[in-house]
Amino acid sequence: MNKEELKIKLVELLPTTTFDESGEWLTINVTPADLPHAAEILRNKVELSFNYLFCQTCVDWKTHLTMVYHLESTQYRHQLVMKVQLDRNKPEVETVSHIWRTAEFNERETYEMFGVNFLNHPDLRLLILPDGWEGKNPMRKDFEDPVNMIKL
Amino acid sequence: MSEKFKSDSPLAFPGEVHPTPSGGVLVSKLDDVINWARSNSLWPLVFGTSCCAIEMMSTASAKYDWSRFGFEVARATPRQADVIIIAGTIVNKMGPVLKRLYDQMADPKYVIAMGACATSGGPFFYNTYSVVKGADHIIPVDVYVAGCPPRPEALINALILLQEKIKKGLTREQIREESKIEYQKAS
Repeated sequence: MNKEELKIKLVELLPTTTFDESGEWLTINVTPADLPHAAEILRNKVELSFNYLFCQTCVDWKTHLTMVYHLESTQYRHQLVMKVQLDRNKPEVETVSHIWRTAEFNERETYEMFGVNFLNHPDLRLLILPDGWEGKNPMRKDFEDPVNMIKL
Repeated sequence: MSEKFKSDSPLAFPGEVHPTPSGGVLVSKLDDVINWARSNSLWPLVFGTSCCAIEMMSTASAKYDWSRFGFEVARATPRQADVIIIAGTIVNKMGPVLKRLYDQMADPKYVIAMGACATSGGPFFYNTYSVVKGADHIIPVDVYVAGCPPRPEALINALILLQEKIKKGLTREQIREESKIEYQKAS
């Protein structure tokens, strides 16, 4: 499916989402509450079958956090970006690791770097950072290096 | 009538040749000969943590060819290596690994800090959570090379500098003392 066909299909299947077509990929914005439902549909609807989560990360916009999910169907070769806006003070979102297994490690990395709490994640602990790093999230814009910090 | 054969070149063989009718007799100090031999076969450890390693490989390859100066074989095990060229960024997690590699090397062992990251943390000096600000926080460094990354010529210069240092045969403390004296003379 191309972008237009994909959009028509998604309006039908996910009526509450909003679209953004300014980028390279078709982007949908989903609320944290709708995420489990939307992910389920994107993965399991035969005509969509987004079976490959090729990038999952987070962006700190200082006012809020945005979870970004890049999806692809290895069968149809169509791609889609799903964005979920989170509260920066209490970032919580449902895990998608039971839908795309690769999310298990990606979410662990996002957890340590941005402090996003993934609900119902099977093994939410630090991935790369050494023990005792919980609470200090180096990829947040307001993270301060205790040794050599320059404020811009 | 001893003819002095000692050249100023750091690459010359240490000692004096006393000519005799049937050839000549070489008089030298065993320590000097050992240091000379040592300095001309320094085997580097295969150790590269980022882009400086690309320049190091280039220095080893045909165009620059560090084997001309005795850095013949890069060894993949610290037990057979004499010099460790820290070619790249050392992050906090790599620190213990670097220390362990250094500890596993047999004495005498030498360290070259190649490039900005290895000397001071370089571009990662400020606002980082993961980078060691200079490899000399972990192991003692003999020669520092500036650059990001340094040219192969710079690395070869550093290696030759290390050879000269070895040939002088001084300990770390003696070198420090000597440089103090030179500094006082200059000022």
